[in-house]
Amino acid sequence: MAGDLLIKGGRVIDPSSGADRILDILVVDGRIASLSESIEPENGATTVLDAAEKIVMPGFIDMHVHLREPGFEDKEDIETGTRAAAMGGFTAVACMPNTEPACDTDAVVAGILERARKKAWVRVYPIGAVTKGRAGKELAEMGEMRAAGAVAFSDDGSPVATAEILRCALEYLKSFDAVLIDHPEDMSLSEGGQINYGLTSTVSGLRGIPRESEEIAVARDLLIAKLTGGRLHLAHISTKGALDLIRQAKAKGLNVTCEVTPHHLILTDETVLETAYDTNTKVNPPLRTQEDVDALREGLADGTVDVIATDHAPHHIDDKWVEYDYADFGISGLETAVSLIIDKLVLPGVISWMRMAELMSLNPARILGVPGGTLEPGAPGDITVIDPDCEYSILPHNFESKGKNSPFIGWRVTGAPYGTIVGGKPVMYGRRLVL
Amino acid sequence: MTGTAKDNISEAGRVIDLSLRGNDLLSLQEMSPEDMELVLSTARSLKEILARPIKKVPTLRGKVVCILFYEPSTRTKASFELAARYMSADTVSFSSATSSVKKGETLADTARNLSMMGVDLAIMRHSVSGSCHFLAKVLDIPVVNAGDGMNEHPTQALLDIFTILDYKSRIRGLKVAIIGDILHSRVARSNIFGLTKMGAEVSVAGPSTLLPPEIESLGVKAYARPEEAIEGADVVYVLRLQLERQAKSLFPSKREYRDFFGIDRYRLSYAKEDAIVMHPGPMNRGVEITTDIADSPRSVILDQVTSGVAVRMAILYLILGGWD
Repeated sequence: MAGDLLIKGGRVIDPSSGADRILDILVVDGRIASLSESIEPENGATTVLDAAEKIVMPGFIDMHVHLREPGFEDKEDIETGTRAAAMGGFTAVACMPNTEPACDTDAVVAGILERARKKAWVRVYPIGAVTKGRAGKELAEMGEMRAAGAVAFSDDGSPVATAEILRCALEYLKSFDAVLIDHPEDMSLSEGGQINYGLTSTVSGLRGIPRESEEIAVARDLLIAKLTGGRLHLAHISTKGALDLIRQAKAKGLNVTCEVTPHHLILTDETVLETAYDTNTKVNPPLRTQEDVDALREGLADGTVDVIATDHAPHHIDDKWVEYDYADFGISGLETAVSLIIDKLVLPGVISWMRMAELMSLNPARILGVPGGTLEPGAPGDITVIDPDCEYSILPHNFESKGKNSPFIGWRVTGAPYGTIVGGKPVMYGRRLVL
Repeated sequence: MTGTAKDNISEAGRVIDLSLRGNDLLSLQEMSPEDMELVLSTARSLKEILARPIKKVPTLRGKVVCILFYEPSTRTKASFELAARYMSADTVSFSSATSSVKKGETLADTARNLSMMGVDLAIMRHSVSGSCHFLAKVLDIPVVNAGDGMNEHPTQALLDIFTILDYKSRIRGLKVAIIGDILHSRVARSNIFGLTKMGAEVSVAGPSTLLPPEIESLGVKAYARPEEAIEGADVVYVLRLQLERQAKSLFPSKREYRDFFGIDRYRLSYAKEDAIVMHPGPMNRGVEITTDIADSPRSVILDQVTSGVAVRMAILYLILGGWD
């Protein structure tokens, strides 16, 4: 049992209550006990953390992470991925099922949770596959997986293959109260593509992936969600058109949510040319244009976007230090997300600190139906502490993740995760892991 | 590795412009018009060597040029090899059929091993766009792009411009029509960048499925019908239909392509009377170009091949020459 923890003097921002003021927080037995303007430690066993000049938020939850275990431990494993999460300010991650074997049975879900119990630095929430082997043919045993601890279902890495299997899955999941997360992509339009379809693909000679690949899939998904009334969440939205479709659907009352990634909020396809074909710019969906970046930022501000998730996709250097077409898709995102969001969105005034906490903590908790996302007394003692003034350079050799594949290498940023507290236990504080 | 354009030194009585010395040649998009002019004028003076009974000058004696080909090629590979040998450089060639690529060695490993054998310059052909940029990151020695995927083929465009100058004596104001598979063509991209920088009016045409998006942003006019692009042209540049890159259903058949987009007597009649016809080779006779046009007096396709050796000699000389 964790001892008491007292976090003193931080600016507490909690979107569940709307609080934004200097408060002390006392965590007892792993749960938030009280918040008050001044709390003194009751006995010597209480750990006291000085959070003066810091911002204290409910623990961040990254609902889109590839931990790669089982099967691709050269890229990442549950221990390194959750160390990265702890360093990145995330108290929980939801891990995608495109492992080897795919997470498509209760045995794999249980295996991941057992492994996490022994090795993980933060909470791990497995996401089960929608279809057996993620092959898009037959429904996987989602009920059994839900019972074993899966929090959501997705065939991520690929879209749910057909409208019909998506229809069945959304209907079937109503019995199990879990969200379906789709990766929207029309594969017939994206096949062979490397980067966004447009001027940059023309100039670079790299094959393009049209925005319509995503938008057609989003339109399909929204229609099936309407047909079934099921709970749908759309992963890594990258285009203006897709966001417009989601905005319209929400205006009509459809029960749908969506996420965007930091890299789609910050980079454009021109980065591919600016970096002379750096394969760290290769990601799916691809980096789009300034028009899309602007639209996604608008979506953050107007509420169309519900969540910022990293789509943390770590890769071994061997899978990236090759010709562009041969490189794997993906960006290692857990350790850069918080700083990038602060530096590029919060400090310039695109979103508020309160909105950041909503996008990275409250909303993912609600969508996944997991504890956390709030600092209300009784909630788990999952807390993220931010140092808004810390200025540093993003350097891959400092990553805890095995995946050093970041297009942000060398960027100078202001704002950093300062503490990660899970169930009242600091796993990272002062920008160092706590053993 | 950069030189400055004004930085000339004298070697054995010849003045060498150092602006390309030690540099990579990866694309015409990144090349200045001044550097292009330099290559062309140097090629002009070196071309005479090809007409000599003894085709060898000692200029690059002791230099080693490595030629990496990860895609089949006849003329470009032979052209680079001969260019290097006429300048007395030694060459070592690797192609994907004979090197350890088949054993699964990465490009980075192959290249670094070769560079450890004392190679001074690497020339690469590769099927993936951007591969030469990648190689330039791996190696400290200069890299010359001999064609990367659908991106660029800068030495081809330089030899094309050299050939046009042979016949038209200028580039500025010329109307050049590039016809065919623009989408997959690195030759088209390099020519578009090179010709527009030197002041030509470039139009492109082909089936719309083979025109890349936003192509007009590169400063060219795009047409879905070849006749419109060819109208009044000084140069008709016919692209090879890259049958090996047609992954999808981009046109129904070679027959239909020939009927609507192939260059024949009728379509060429839209060009100026003295228009020349070019093609980067290898030709699909009877598909993108008819044999009577390919072998007509208006065709300069074989001149392009000779120009190619001269231009590549110039490039090797400007990058590798004048050291000590």
